[in-house]
Amino acid sequence: MSLFTRTASSLGEMLAAGEVSSVEVTQAHLDRIAAVDADVHAFLHVNAGALDAAAAVDKRRSAGEVLGPLAGVPIAIKDVLCTLGMPSTAGSRILEGWIPPYDATVVARLRSAGLVPLGKTNMDEFAMGSSTEHSAYGASHNPWDLERIPGGSGGGSAAAVAAFEAPIALGSDTGGSIRQPAAVTGSVGVKPTYGGVSRYGAIALASSLDQVGPVSRNVLDSALVHDIIGGHDPRDSTSLTDQWPSFAAAAREGAAAESLKGVRIGVVKELDSPGFQAGVHQRFHEALDLLAANGAEIVEVSAPHFEYAVAAYYLILPAEASSNLAKFDSVRFGMRVNPPGGGTVEDVMAATREAGFGDEVKRRIILGTYALSAGYYDAYYGSAQKVRTLIQRDFASAFEQADVLVSPAAPTTAFKLGEKINDPLAMYLNDVTTIPANLAGIPGMGLPAGLAPEDGLPVGIQIMAPAREDARLYKLGATLERLLEDKWGHTLLSQAPSLAPGEMFAAESGAV
Amino acid sequence: MDYDKALELFEPVLGFEVHVELNTKTKMFSDAPNYFGGEPNTNITPVDLGLPGSLPVVNEQAVKYSISLGLALGCSIAASSRFARKNYFYPDLAKNYQISQFDEPIAYEGSVEVELANGRVFQIPIERAHMEEDAGKLTHVGGATGRIQGAEYSLVDYNRAGVPLVEIVTHMIVGAEHDAPELAKAYVSTIRDIVVSLGISDAKMERGNLRCDANISLRSRASVAAAVAAGEPLPLGTRTETKNVNSLRSVERAIRYEIQRQAAILDAGGTITQETRHWHEDTGQTSAGRPKSDADDYRYFPEPDLLPVEPSAELIESLRLALPEAPAVRRKRLKSDWGFSDLEFQDVQNSGLLVEIEETVSFGASAHQARKWWTGEIARVANERGVDAATLISPKDVSELVALIENGDLTDRLARQVLEGVIAGEGTPTAVVEARGLKVVSDDGPLIAAIDEALAAQPDVLEKIRDGKVQAAGAVIGAVMKAMKGTADAARVRELVLERAQQ
Repeated sequence: MSLFTRTASSLGEMLAAGEVSSVEVTQAHLDRIAAVDADVHAFLHVNAGALDAAAAVDKRRSAGEVLGPLAGVPIAIKDVLCTLGMPSTAGSRILEGWIPPYDATVVARLRSAGLVPLGKTNMDEFAMGSSTEHSAYGASHNPWDLERIPGGSGGGSAAAVAAFEAPIALGSDTGGSIRQPAAVTGSVGVKPTYGGVSRYGAIALASSLDQVGPVSRNVLDSALVHDIIGGHDPRDSTSLTDQWPSFAAAAREGAAAESLKGVRIGVVKELDSPGFQAGVHQRFHEALDLLAANGAEIVEVSAPHFEYAVAAYYLILPAEASSNLAKFDSVRFGMRVNPPGGGTVEDVMAATREAGFGDEVKRRIILGTYALSAGYYDAYYGSAQKVRTLIQRDFASAFEQADVLVSPAAPTTAFKLGEKINDPLAMYLNDVTTIPANLAGIPGMGLPAGLAPEDGLPVGIQIMAPAREDARLYKLGATLERLLEDKWGHTLLSQAPSLAPGEMFAAESGAV
Repeated sequence: MDYDKALELFEPVLGFEVHVELNTKTKMFSDAPNYFGGEPNTNITPVDLGLPGSLPVVNEQAVKYSISLGLALGCSIAASSRFARKNYFYPDLAKNYQISQFDEPIAYEGSVEVELANGRVFQIPIERAHMEEDAGKLTHVGGATGRIQGAEYSLVDYNRAGVPLVEIVTHMIVGAEHDAPELAKAYVSTIRDIVVSLGISDAKMERGNLRCDANISLRSRASVAAAVAAGEPLPLGTRTETKNVNSLRSVERAIRYEIQRQAAILDAGGTITQETRHWHEDTGQTSAGRPKSDADDYRYFPEPDLLPVEPSAELIESLRLALPEAPAVRRKRLKSDWGFSDLEFQDVQNSGLLVEIEETVSFGASAHQARKWWTGEIARVANERGVDAATLISPKDVSELVALIENGDLTDRLARQVLEGVIAGEGTPTAVVEARGLKVVSDDGPLIAAIDEALAAQPDVLEKIRDGKVQAAGAVIGAVMKAMKGTADAARVRELVLERAQQ
């Protein structure tokens, strides 16, 4: 078994046991990136210092330092996060080559836990999109079918993990940017409770919705990453001061669970649309049956205001984004375009923003500026905030009837590159299942539910829990993962195309 | 137009926005030092530069200071107040939005008592006091005026970006009439007294710690009379907002100027443009700034990076209990403590130097000496130079000067020379006395020698004194003072001469 096919937790164990060095593990992943990333294009930047960082961890370990469970394990980082020594562009031309003078809090926590940053992953520009097609640096490709999207905005992180270029990655989720890519690439992704993970150093899209979270190939690995990056950060005022339980412990408990007796699982009626792709609908209901067969009580719940979620989201997000993106004006950092013949500072700002932002970014800045304008504020931004409150109430009453809620993680499997790029509304609707959790600030997990019979592509299931109850996601997610893999006889991602010469899975054949 | 004529035709309506920079250790939303002198762009963090990914964190001390100020202004303190983003593009504004407060300020609806030199007392209605961050500082290079128009390029220093501010906004102030300029000055002076007494700001106007934007509009007496007769609401004229008013003196002058300017335009049938005006200290005039319409759209919305500010009732009460005496109460107490007549105390009030005089007294000077020097010689020099008296010398130095006078070490004439030295930066009064050799000679030896010499030159003087013509001593005293180059105490010389006559 190649080093790069192993999970983060197993690599962590091997590293702790001295069976392998971080330099070896890191080199294996760098080799894999070199072999497949020309096709996948998950990375915008590969960390030239990765092997040095790995060597430093090896040295710490050989000096007898007690290290965490993922010390020495490589990780890919979404380009929305600020990283010392590596460009951080958020997928935008306007930040091309910008190297921040500081690490995002989550990155600093990874480094101090001994994880090795492999590089920065591709994304839709400023996390605006569901396909990575809005990246200024070209789209990423889905490892299951290179003609298809890997989801977005965090398609790069999901593709990197699904293509075995990295065992784990960080993403950010504003309306589904972790969960939807996980769903369409057959990986696991978690959007924590709002405030559970620091946003300091995450280039803001919509401050009241953004949340950083883990991407991985199994539930336990996401939990291990979450344990490292989570917890209060005094630099983020919206960061919760809660003491969090170990999510890895919750995942292990879930994986070992004998039965789901007493667990109430709510199916959100409004998110179980017959309009969703047939294979998505089928695999989702098979997963429900499996849960029920193992003792879970399946209840139907209704969230009547979810109908308005996408509309409210596309007012709140652009409004906040229009303000958050105002700082990209060429004065202090990033691209500067001087208009022909020079001009005033306003002319330079305008020329820079015209050249530096892509169409989708401009579209949302214009939308948001309009929504916040005097005379329109109450009708648009104000009403959207009211919808948000109603959605929070829907969740509150749903959680009175169920411990967790479930839905398909995305309405479809991965669509073809170019298919929806000229239809923004169709693209926006792809997030219909994931957006409500962001509006309510609750945690959500996307994990594989199988392959759709009609196209053989991954289908994802979403689990949602009440705010601060992230541990429930890991516990139930790990149980469901085990039940499904027991049923299939293998992991879903073991069925992904190998992409590279050498047939990485030659030794372990199996059918879905 | 002549000021009296302007007031005959029009009624002035005032409004003020005073910005107070708080003297907290760190900035409003970052842990950078709250200090904006020095090398440009050194007291900054990623937050102050608005770097991507950076986030603000509210300075707790600034919140406490703001609450104290709100309480001192007689305001209600909001149980929950919120920050909001004020969106506009300007290169001194790192994020291209300012974190301020909009519809939920920390303090609202208060009142401040202001007393004028003529004894009139006004209650100035306070609409709100809210927290916000300062912007960076632009320096326009090239071009004649140092302003943005005509500049070749501009430099920006973000050391000031994020300095905590409280903006105090008044309601409309009517009824000041002729006293409008003086009221403006007295109001700003009162705010200054309040923040100084709270210890929350350095409150130096010339350094921009305290900044006043003065709104003024005129309405014609005829239109007011017509509205009253018709039972309609009183009309309001178009207002201007004068900025860059950097001293108490300028506040008064700027209001007076703007009343006259607007009156002349209106009287000639013209209209006032709603705009900001820039005050020029040198010419004593205002010039047009940018147009300012009520429709300026800052697209305010609640700042999603910050939680609402929710001070506990206990905190508010503890800050209320810790408030120093209100300036109006304090004025009454000081007047009585110091034993000043109405006229003397008004003199102090009018000078705007109450705080300085009080501090001088606290260092041990007598109230009368403190008043005499601050409102006399120091004010005279300040007036000559067109600066605020408080910028020339510290209360500690004035108290030292007074002590030297009261010990008999200095005469008033010598003290004026010492003062000149202190103002010129030569050191403390004692140091100046040493360096310039100005000390009064208190040892009688050299005096007696000088008297002997003077008497030898004017032998008839002692006779005249003995004959009862005591004023004849003046000639000798004058000669002695001259010989001693002013370092002699004239009273002592006189005593010695009279003693000699009796021998």
